[in-house]
Amino acid sequence: MFQKLPLSFFNKDKGPYGLLSVFMFIAVGLTLLPAIIAASSLLSPSFEVWAHLWDTILPRMILNTLLLLTGVSIGTFMIGTVLAWLVTAYEFPGKKTFKWLLVLPMAVPAYIMGFIYMAMFDFAGPFQTFFRNVLGMQIAFPQIRSGFGAIVVMTLVLYPYVYLLAKAGFEEQSGSAFEAAKVLGAGRLRTFLKVALPLARPSIAAGVALAAMESLADFATVRYFNFPTVADGILRVWHGLMDLGAASEMAGLLAFFSLLLLLSEQKLRSRRAYHQTKGKNQDVPATFLTGRKAFAAVFLCASVFFAAFGLPLIQLIYWAVLEISQITPHALSVYGQLASRSLTLSVTAAFFTVFTALFIASVSRLGKGKFLRYLARASTVGYSIPGAVIGVGILIPLSALDRYINVLAGSLWGIDLGLIFTGSLIGLVYAYVVRFMAIAYGSVDSSMDKIPPNTVLAARVLGANAWRIIFHIKLPLILPGIIAGAVLVFVDVMKELPITVILRPMSYDTLSIWVWQMAAESLWTDTALPALAIVLVGIVPVWMLMRKR
Amino acid sequence: MNKKPLYIALVAVLVIAAFFIGGMVDFTAAPQQQQAAEQEAPAQPTPAPAAPVQPPQQPDRPGIINIYTSRHYGVEPVFDKFTEETGIEIRFTTGSDALLRERLRAEGANTPADMYIAVDAGNLWLAAQDGLLAALDSDILMNNIPENLRDPEGRWFGLTKRVRTLMYHPDRVSPEELSTYEDLADPRWKGRIAMRPSTHSYTQSLVSSLIAAHGVERAEEIVRGWAQNEPVYIDSDTRLLEALAAGEADVAITNHYYLGRILQDNPDFPIQIFWANQADRGAHVNVSGAGVTAHGPNRENAIKLLEWLSGDGQEMFASTNHEFPANPNVAAHPIIVGFGEYIADPLDKSEYGRLQAEAVKLLNRAGYQ
Repeated sequence: MFQKLPLSFFNKDKGPYGLLSVFMFIAVGLTLLPAIIAASSLLSPSFEVWAHLWDTILPRMILNTLLLLTGVSIGTFMIGTVLAWLVTAYEFPGKKTFKWLLVLPMAVPAYIMGFIYMAMFDFAGPFQTFFRNVLGMQIAFPQIRSGFGAIVVMTLVLYPYVYLLAKAGFEEQSGSAFEAAKVLGAGRLRTFLKVALPLARPSIAAGVALAAMESLADFATVRYFNFPTVADGILRVWHGLMDLGAASEMAGLLAFFSLLLLLSEQKLRSRRAYHQTKGKNQDVPATFLTGRKAFAAVFLCASVFFAAFGLPLIQLIYWAVLEISQITPHALSVYGQLASRSLTLSVTAAFFTVFTALFIASVSRLGKGKFLRYLARASTVGYSIPGAVIGVGILIPLSALDRYINVLAGSLWGIDLGLIFTGSLIGLVYAYVVRFMAIAYGSVDSSMDKIPPNTVLAARVLGANAWRIIFHIKLPLILPGIIAGAVLVFVDVMKELPITVILRPMSYDTLSIWVWQMAAESLWTDTALPALAIVLVGIVPVWMLMRKR
Repeated sequence: MNKKPLYIALVAVLVIAAFFIGGMVDFTAAPQQQQAAEQEAPAQPTPAPAAPVQPPQQPDRPGIINIYTSRHYGVEPVFDKFTEETGIEIRFTTGSDALLRERLRAEGANTPADMYIAVDAGNLWLAAQDGLLAALDSDILMNNIPENLRDPEGRWFGLTKRVRTLMYHPDRVSPEELSTYEDLADPRWKGRIAMRPSTHSYTQSLVSSLIAAHGVERAEEIVRGWAQNEPVYIDSDTRLLEALAAGEADVAITNHYYLGRILQDNPDFPIQIFWANQADRGAHVNVSGAGVTAHGPNRENAIKLLEWLSGDGQEMFASTNHEFPANPNVAAHPIIVGFGEYIADPLDKSEYGRLQAEAVKLLNRAGYQ
């Protein structure tokens, strides 16, 4: 009976829970606000703009969005699943290294990968020029400035989501199912298709959904590739037609797409149960590959790794060397400032996100029923909403609030407070918290689940007071979860583009903004150092993730 | 109990706390950059009141200027020189013309910006239209900048001229084949042209000038003709020129100075410039220019800078980017002097702004990407 007590960061028998849950309601409400604002703008549509868009570019944008979703889903599914199966079910030279090398492309944001591929592989780029001028071959390369290019690039940076989850799915599987399949005469391929793949379906579906979601939210990469999607449309309407209202309605449309995605992922998981019992030493038996087959396996892993990580890294380093050779003190100080701003933002956002997650996860354990737990889950919805939607959904209420406060302060005290929310980092950090809450919450919540109730009860029996229990037992136990959550949010904020573009205060360029702007002007070498910094920082959590295994 | 993880955690928390505190300091400073005294009194708790109430600056502190600018290429040296001469510190916020104007509008009377520099006259006009720019009564500016390159009410001043015109590869196109922007709509250019997408203000202003010259209907036909010739769309003038050199297309429309910039590094670059529409209204000229904001806190400094840019600083400002100086008494960079004389479309630059939304819709309707 004692063991069933939901244990929380706070002690259950102390403190005013009523007040705490009110705070929690407010916190969860604030994380839901941007989505609600964006969705509610759809209730009063700007008919004139929509009619114009519908007659002109909207159908193509919707079609492009669907094409991108389909292409990236299929691409990441194929690459991610095949590679995961290869490193789970087979032994070949270098397998241990490839196992984690293949995760690294995750550290390259799509908008960086996009312009690198563009610079290398478009008609005037070194690759095609080499074939034309040196080899004298007239090959009709596919146009890289197209949906094809966008899909290839996004597949390359997003397949690790599927790879990681599929690998976990395969590793959880019990070897006995495979023995059974073997005894019944199924070949290796048949076993994969009929046993391993269906069993790993929930993990794979989750991975593909993540990848698809990311591609849906992207607006920078698709613009490099002349492949306007709905996300790009938000900026077109806002900056070209100068209509923020219509832009936020467009954001509502985007939110609708991501809802569709979430539903289809649920559908894919379906109502089946996927329980498996796995005893000791019952891993999926690995087959040793030799000769040509081993070579093929190594070749496949190496070429995916090279295309998705090696090549872009080499290009960035090459540009960085060019840049360093002629760098001015001024440029150096600009880079220093960009880096310190990115760091400031990432650290601040990581702090507030983890803090809020900790609070919500703790309070949600106080209630008797499941209501508070569901409410806590709802606060993580931001991760499935594209950044641009959150950005616009926050800009609208905060700028209204700013205006209201200024009118009020002006009439009451005759002072001018300035733009408190939209002119500072408050709006920006708020948006990051909303967007990345899911990451921090998942991390903190799961480590809270692991606090052994007996240890806490024992401490209490031994006379420890509430504070002592919090600081000497609970906090140290959930610290790894807190740190992991903070690092993940840190890296995601470092890479983040759409929210930063929309909500950054004036004169607040970050590394990612700089890279995006310089890449848009084709000033490749100017992007190199900041882009390298983003990629290298992105490797940190991958390294942490892999070290744990 | 093993205490090592705890120590590591403690250090981590301290580091994070340090960053966080650093962040908070920056965080309060960012929205209040207008405070000239900020560096000396960072803890000043209340934001500065509007400019007139501000205490007089100490004579030994020449102050600062905050600039919103979309020019991020090679502009620093000229501003460094101004700082050297006057001691006034200059701070930049870069972004696209439209985004910066949106911010100015949103900030209203609270803006920290003293000056708005845009690379497109349309955006200067729109900013003036929204009441974001102050009308200046400066004889220096009026004398230095010709009438057709500035706002009649003195709210903005063109500082440099850029000509958006035809570029071609001489191996595949002879100059006799070229004539006008309109001519690129002819089916004989199918598959041979390269263009900047409709999302960029350079394209939007060019189309505005077509609307002004021909009316919406005829302009739409021309743009539809371009689109039907299936141009390669590249969102970078530099990359457009490189595409021509590599043979991806034969003719492109770009700003003249991108060619100047490439020629500076590589005199053998094969692409040639062709001044468009010389037999009729002249080539499409845009200006990069600036205005002093209506509510900026350092207006005197900003006016000083603007006057300096139109006079002493003009040559350096224009030639670092191979643009034509707006001040007729100032010499242009030798590379672009080599491009030859041209006739400019005399159209009032304000039209670019007036017609922008119409141009965007027209581009969408015509199927131009």
